[in-house]
Amino acid sequence: MTQITDNFRYWILIMPALAIMIIFYIYPVLGIWQISVTEPEAGFGNYVRMVDSSAVRTSFLITFRVAAITTVGCLILGYIVAYTIANFASRLTPLMLALVLLPFWVSVLIRSFSWIVLLGRSGLVNDTLRDMGFIDAPLRLMHNELGVLIAMIHVMLPFAILPMLANMRGISDTYVKAARGLGASEWTAFRSVYLPQTLPGVMSGVLLVFVLALGFYITPALLGGGRVLMISEYITYQIQEFLAWGLGSALSVALLIATALVLLIAARFVNLRSILLDRK
Amino acid sequence: MTHQMTEPILSIRNAVKRYGSLHALDHVDLDVAAGEFLTLLGPSGSGKTTLLSAIAGFVDLDDGRITLHASDITKAPPERREFGMVFQGYALFPTMTVRDNVAFPLKVRKRAASEIADRTKECLDLVQMGGFADRMPHQLSGGQQQRVALARAMSFKPQVLLLDEPLSALDKKLRADLQWELKSLHSQLGVTFIYVTHDQEEALSMSDRIVILKDGCIQQQGAPGDLYNRPRTTFVADFLGKSNFIDADITGRHSDILHCVAKGAAFDVQTDNVDEIGNKARLALRPERLRINKPGVELLAAKVSQVSYLGERCQVIVKHEGLGDLLVSCATWQTGIKPAPGLEVSIGWDQNACVVLAAD
Repeated sequence: MTQITDNFRYWILIMPALAIMIIFYIYPVLGIWQISVTEPEAGFGNYVRMVDSSAVRTSFLITFRVAAITTVGCLILGYIVAYTIANFASRLTPLMLALVLLPFWVSVLIRSFSWIVLLGRSGLVNDTLRDMGFIDAPLRLMHNELGVLIAMIHVMLPFAILPMLANMRGISDTYVKAARGLGASEWTAFRSVYLPQTLPGVMSGVLLVFVLALGFYITPALLGGGRVLMISEYITYQIQEFLAWGLGSALSVALLIATALVLLIAARFVNLRSILLDRK
Repeated sequence: MTHQMTEPILSIRNAVKRYGSLHALDHVDLDVAAGEFLTLLGPSGSGKTTLLSAIAGFVDLDDGRITLHASDITKAPPERREFGMVFQGYALFPTMTVRDNVAFPLKVRKRAASEIADRTKECLDLVQMGGFADRMPHQLSGGQQQRVALARAMSFKPQVLLLDEPLSALDKKLRADLQWELKSLHSQLGVTFIYVTHDQEEALSMSDRIVILKDGCIQQQGAPGDLYNRPRTTFVADFLGKSNFIDADITGRHSDILHCVAKGAAFDVQTDNVDEIGNKARLALRPERLRINKPGVELLAAKVSQVSYLGERCQVIVKHEGLGDLLVSCATWQTGIKPAPGLEVSIGWDQNACVVLAAD
């Protein structure tokens, strides 16, 4: 009887997942690529139209701007939360971790609707501010980019916190102690010794949030109220309202390429393999 | 080398640190002389690391005072205390090159760039790491990291260097080599070293003075030889080297010779201790001070029960009817007999080999 080789075992074990990926993801994506150059007629007409359309340009611009601001917001808020949880021993630490993870168990749809309840014209925030006498007329907190950003940052925050937290928990407190023992102030010790060690976590959080935000659909659609047209929503419009499968597909391909480009550029500056695969 | 205690560089008075009901430091007083190599020695939990952390400023004392050069630093933050520090596990900054690590204390002190460059090179050369300036810490071996940590600690010319178990992560041979280097570095620099370790050999080989701690209290302090030869308590006699303990009754006294009896063995002890006749005394006997010989030659008859050969020495456990097991350490090259389990022997010692211990 022959021994089953490790190589054979490897393929047996990954086959189910690989098959599902090929059948339900890669094959349909290739289908989209095909549609983008065959509908309504063969050729690159869709791409030409896409590049010529100022609406598409605007939508891409909004998409990248929203994704960038969301990323910066998540980075700042998330860094503070992760730093606090990782560096201060407290009985509340498990609770804090639970609060970070909790949003994962609630659907994005529900979380986005909650923001509508909070930010609407007569939502909780506006009512409270008016009752306390700070404002006369309700602030426009949604159906604009501000509303989209508030909800996006909230939804994306755990994706920023978790990689940074994992990274920070691996950093021994002796480095900061050493820095201070050698004459550095608390701030200098943080800036020149602690911060550089957290950059891998920061980079993986940033990449994760930015790439996810580029293709985000539900939250901008609900909070934007059709006024903040990010590219995913634009694609949905093309296909559902105008039945423009060709242009919709071409836009999907463009989004995929744009995302790939972001990763490619990121790879020039950071070691993606160590950021995305190794968790210390 | 002796150090006059006329003007201690560092003084600790009545230091107290509690963690809940545990006394990590229990009213500790300590003076450190300028230029001294002082070792804080004790088992884990003895308070030695807490004491060093309190000196460094990482632990706030519940009570007591620390003065450096006669100025009170009890409440000063670590960065204002101007100690050079070598940490357990080195704590070299992983994102900086060796050069930047060593330059770090100078940079935070805003020294001129040329001075930083010169001093960094000088320190790295001093620890023979000049060729490694551009490496990252993770590219170095443990011993090399240790050297860099040392260079970093002394780069800004501190007058006192605090070292927290700097050699504990290294293997035995390397540790022995670095002990010599540390010792010679100490005499070269003329800097005060305060060194924490749980390794008694390390403490004995390098220190001018050893302070032995237990349960947050100083048990005994003194030069290595004094401590080894004249331990005052069972703990010190047992922790610093090995000892055989004999509980004896004092039956008589003749000038500085005490006559003792313990379980069928009668012997004399030379001591300046003024114990009353009729009192109990606990005696400590170093294994290497015991002689082993053919039956009838020495004081007590015994039987070999175990032998452990260590190369230059040989450890023998002998059993005496009354006293029980005694550990004998003899040089393998000079024993007249070949100890083997079951062999009948006799054991003896010089009158001044015994130390009378204080009751714990």
